[in-house]
Amino acid sequence: MPELNTSSLPDLIFTVLFFFMMVTTMREVTLKVKFTTPAGTELEKLEKKNAVSFIYVGPPQDNLRAQFGSSTRIQLNDRFADASEVMDFVYQERQSMQDQTAQVISIKADRKTQMGYITDIKEVLRKSYALKVNYSATKRK
Amino acid sequence: MAKKKRKVPGLNASSTADISFILLIFFLITTSMDSDSGLARRLPQPPENEEVKQELKIKERNLMEVRLNAAGFLWVKDGIANGYVDISELRERAKTFIKNEQNLSNLPEKHTININLLGPCTLTDKHVISVQTDRGTPYEMYFMVQNELVAAYNELRDEKAKEKFGRLYEGLTDEQKVAIRTYYPQKISEAEPKNYGGN
Repeated sequence: MPELNTSSLPDLIFTVLFFFMMVTTMREVTLKVKFTTPAGTELEKLEKKNAVSFIYVGPPQDNLRAQFGSSTRIQLNDRFADASEVMDFVYQERQSMQDQTAQVISIKADRKTQMGYITDIKEVLRKSYALKVNYSATKRK
Repeated sequence: MAKKKRKVPGLNASSTADISFILLIFFLITTSMDSDSGLARRLPQPPENEEVKQELKIKERNLMEVRLNAAGFLWVKDGIANGYVDISELRERAKTFIKNEQNLSNLPEKHTININLLGPCTLTDKHVISVQTDRGTPYEMYFMVQNELVAAYNELRDEKAKEKFGRLYEGLTDEQKVAIRTYYPQKISEAEPKNYGGN
């Protein structure tokens, strides 16, 4: 049986690698909350990724449940936080941005979250003049 | 000296595949595929003392109230009717309200203003859609209401763009987009949440 020529295999793999590098984005934080975002039809893509800050809202992940319970939590960066801490978070994020007026806050919240949590966050965002928000969602046909 | 043809030994590249495989797997793990998209909204400026008074000044015919109670039920009040509606009817209700085609006296008042590219137009520039939620309202319901309202505006804008420029709103030039946006300004207000409709 003749030997299989594998000399082009590296090139092939590299192509796949570059493809993945282009279409994906680095995962910035480890998620501590679980969420399924709602589905909508009128969605817009988040442009200017470096001007986006994420706020995650949802119940803690299964492995953290023993420690933190199962009620809704807010995650900023890598830790759980209170709605009042959102303001500091927003300012901090803003400091690290080049175009500070373009700041967008993307709220990734679980669909079963009670509006009270979201409203609290929204109020703080208003007070910190982070007025552009984006309710993260998946596309629905 | 005798010229010897020296042979460059071939580089052993058999492990390159393994190396690139490792790189590939590393990227697969550390990155996420989901392209982020969502419903873009603009929050109002932080409240000042005058705002409370201003809000009272909205004429009744110009106001469409959308309320979501803790159980996730939708209650709509405009000039035509008030009562509970299904989420699927909201879009049409909003469109009728915003358009006020027959210039009815119980729907938003119309003014004639001059819009660049469109000329003088009569439109309901004073209308407001007010969304009120309860602290217990499920986020998904709120999101769907927002989605339907934005959809209503988008459909109206598409209709207008088709009629005036023969193209959908997305395909217009920036100048044309501004004209259409002036014709159908998005006016969704979010009042501070109240506690009603149960716990």
